Order: sequence, then C-alpha cells, then structure tokens
Amino acid sequence: MSEGILSVQNMSVSYGSIHAVKNISFEVQEGEIVTLIGANGAGKSTTLNAIARLLPASGEIRFAGDSLMHVPGHAVLKKGLAMVPEGRRIFLRMSVEENLEMGAYITPRSSMQEQMEDVFRRFPRLEERRSQIAGTLSGGEQQMLAMGRALMSKPKLLMMDEPSMGLAPILVEQIFGIIRELNAAGTTILLVEQNAQAALSVADRGYVMETGRIVMSGKAEELLASPAVKKAYLGG
Amino acid sequence: MIEFIKTLISGLGLGSIYALIALGYTMVYGIAKMLNFAHGDVIMVGAYAGIVAFTSAGLPPVFTVFLSVAACTLLGVLIERFAYKPLRGASSLSVLITAIGMSYLLQNLALMIFGSQQQAYPQYVKLPSVTLGGITIDGITLLTLGVTALIMIGMSLFINRTRLGKAMRAVAEDRGAAELMGISVDKTIALTFAIGSALAAVASICYGLTYVYIKPTTGAMPGIKAFTAAVFGGIGSIPGAMLGGIALGVIEQMAKTYISPLWADAIVFAVLVLVLVIRPTGLMGKEVQEKV
Repeated sequence: MSEGILSVQNMSVSYGSIHAVKNISFEVQEGEIVTLIGANGAGKSTTLNAIARLLPASGEIRFAGDSLMHVPGHAVLKKGLAMVPEGRRIFLRMSVEENLEMGAYITPRSSMQEQMEDVFRRFPRLEERRSQIAGTLSGGEQQMLAMGRALMSKPKLLMMDEPSMGLAPILVEQIFGIIRELNAAGTTILLVEQNAQAALSVADRGYVMETGRIVMSGKAEELLASPAVKKAYLGG
Repeated sequence: MIEFIKTLISGLGLGSIYALIALGYTMVYGIAKMLNFAHGDVIMVGAYAGIVAFTSAGLPPVFTVFLSVAACTLLGVLIERFAYKPLRGASSLSVLITAIGMSYLLQNLALMIFGSQQQAYPQYVKLPSVTLGGITIDGITLLTLGVTALIMIGMSLFINRTRLGKAMRAVAEDRGAAELMGISVDKTIALTFAIGSALAAVASICYGLTYVYIKPTTGAMPGIKAFTAAVFGGIGSIPGAMLGGIALGVIEQMAKTYISPLWADAIVFAVLVLVLVIRPTGLMGKEVQEKV
C-alpha cells in the first residue's frame, strides 16, 4: 500500500508512567472512511489527540507527505486536518454562529460566509439557531455544531471522536448518514467509535484497538463478519 | 445631598481606576487561568515611566502618555514570556508564588532605582473643574470617568465583535478546542497580558494625575483592591470587573465620608466577604452548565 494521506508509524503516547498507546502503526488512504474501534480505555481517543498534536507522542505521524512531529497543535488545521473532539467541546458560552466563525479562524474572511452557508445547507437546524448560545442546544444539535465547526476550514481529513456518544438511535443514524455524505463529497474520514456496529457499517476499513495496541485490522465487512470482533464488540 | 453627589462622583472616579486594573486581572485569569499578583506593580512602573518621561526627559504630554503605555505593555509581555510561560503546565501554586515573587521583584527594583522617597507625578494635564448646580467636579475626575467609559465600550466591542476578541473567549473557555480551531494559545495569552498591562498604564496615568504621590509600593493597594473588585464582580467576567471596580470605588468613598476614613478599607473587604458568602461566583460570575 502506498503512503496514505495519514500515516502513523510506531507511535507511542504516555501520560506520566502510563503507556496509553504502545507502538501503533496505521494508514488512512485519501477518500477512505477508516474506523478505530475498541473498548473504553483502549487508547482510541489518545491516538486522535496525539495526531492532532494536543498530546506529545513519539514515533512518526505524517500527513499529506509532511511530518507532524514538530508542528504545534494550532498549526495542524492549516495542513487540512480537523478534528471533532470527544464530548464535542463546542464553545458553550458562544453563539452557534460564533462557534462556526471560530472554525473558520484560519480561513480568509471572504470565504467564511460561503462556507457557513454550506454548513447551514447540511445542517438546517443550525441556521434556525444561529444566534442561540451553544450551551442551550440539545445533544444532537451540539454534535451537529461540532461537526459543522470542524467543516468550516474545508479539511482534507476529518477525525471524529465518538460522534454517536449520548445520542438517541435516530440521531446516530442521521450523524452516520452525514458522515457518508461528507465522504462522498471528498472528505477523508478517521472515525473513533465504541459503537462498532455503526462504525463498521459506514467504514471502508477498520482497526481494532485493545489496551493501547492495534490487535486486528481489515476491511470493514471482514471485521463485521469476524467471530472475534462479533464476540468482543458486537454483542455476540 | 450635595455632599452625597460629590462623594458619589469621586467614588466613580476611584472606581474607574479600580475597574481599569480589575480588567487586567480578570482577563488574565479568564484566559491564562492564573492570578497575576504583579499586575498592581505594573501600575507603579507606569507611574514612574510618566515621571521619567515628563519630569526628567522633558517630553511633551502626548509622548509621556505614549511612553507609559508602551513601557507597561512591554513589561507585561516580558513578565508573561519569561516568568509565567515556562511554568505553563506547572501547578497553579507554583505560578501563584512566581507572581508574588514578581511583584516583590518589581517593587524592589523600583526601590533601587528611584529610592524609597515618594515622588510627585507631573500634573501635565490641567483641566478646569466644572460646577453644575452647586456641585464642583474636579476636571481630572471627569477625564478619568470619560476615558474609562470609552475603554469599557471599546473592550466590550473588541471582545464581542472582533475575530481576535472571540478567539480570546474561545481560549478562555477551552484551550484544547481553541488549538483545534487553529488559534495559538501562546499568542492569545501574550496578547491578553499586553492589553491588561496597557490598561494598567492608563490607570497609572489617572492615578498619578489624581493622587500625585508615587512610591515603589504605590501599586500594591490599588492592585489588591482591584483584585477584590474582580472577584466581587465575578473573576473571569469582563462586565463583572467593570461593575466590581465601580462598586468598590463608590463603597470606599461612601465609607470614608459617612462612616470613617479609618474604617473604609475594612468595610470594602467586609463587603467582599459578604458578597462571596451570598454569591460565591461574584456578582456576574458564571455558573457553567455542561451538557454531555
């Protein structure tokens, strides 16, 4: 396989003396949806945070041909790598519109309005609530805002950490529908999920993480059919 | 009645100075999550800068003002860069101790350079007092009120309307998420110190023109009172700092006039304790509700 848009080689991440991620390697090819699945505490979120340069890591992380190892956290977005973090982390005291503006902080002001219209087309609910304070939105709306905010800079690769967390099944379906649409429109996606069933059903490929290591990888349908994955993550 | 109105106006003047200083405390707290106890001493440095520029160097008033603001802004940025930035990620106690140390360092440097004798701040702005309905108001007090009002309007617009101001609010709310937006947390914190210190310079000018005498510990008391004002208004809240500063100044002057000058400070701090018992987050403090 050629080097993908994102390439992680022998990456380890430690918090003090705890090795949260141990020497993992994986690739994401342009145009793919790749998912990292695994139980709570397997190191999935740590992996995403390290790629986004919010956590120090050792090893090598390459994005679109360049190493990210010496890129500060705030400069990662400029390279075309955006993240919807775990727990959404929208700015609760700012309005919906201001949150989206922050998503476009690095893009020229002239293209911001156009990009915001684009996000509103995808999430009409956000347009209805554009001047509402983000902290007063429902959970599903907050997730849409977090995704919309990450899309404001037109990223090449969008990393999403547990977008289904805490949402009703109908909303989960809607969010995964949007992930498919984004991918069809050309955005490469790296998705972290505990909801392995939903994640594998949208993904092209998947990696299974367990206690900081990648223990299995393959095409999504192969993983869905694998007895080991079924037993551990799909409830039998 | 005339006495009451006069006391109120001088309270508003004093409160304006507290508010300008409190803004620096509250912005730094909100964005850098630290208490910069050296902030009061930046005012002292600003006042000495005014003395050096006008009295010693003979510069015109406009340049004196400019030089004071420039000196304080630079000092604030340097303090952050060399004393606080290396401690980013250290325990908040280490940062607090460093801030207290920085405060003493500035006071003692001033003591070495300017000596312990108090010096007169040059009265390079002379304004006639205004008499309205039998009440005479000092020109400098009116100037202080006007300048503070303009700064507060300007700060509100900056924080709420500009991209940079919104980025500051984003960093205050969630540093990690702000980094994900491409906002440099380091630059934002440096900018916060620059703005806070520039406001301290303005406070030093108003203070010098009103109270005249400057010594190395001049910044300590207004500093601690402005910190009180920031907590009183709800630390981290910009309107809170404005309101807290004004309220504190008015309470202090009222206590001086109607109770006793000796008791004024005790009353000011007692009011703080009372407010915090009733509303632990301060007058405008935010109780954040997180939705998961």
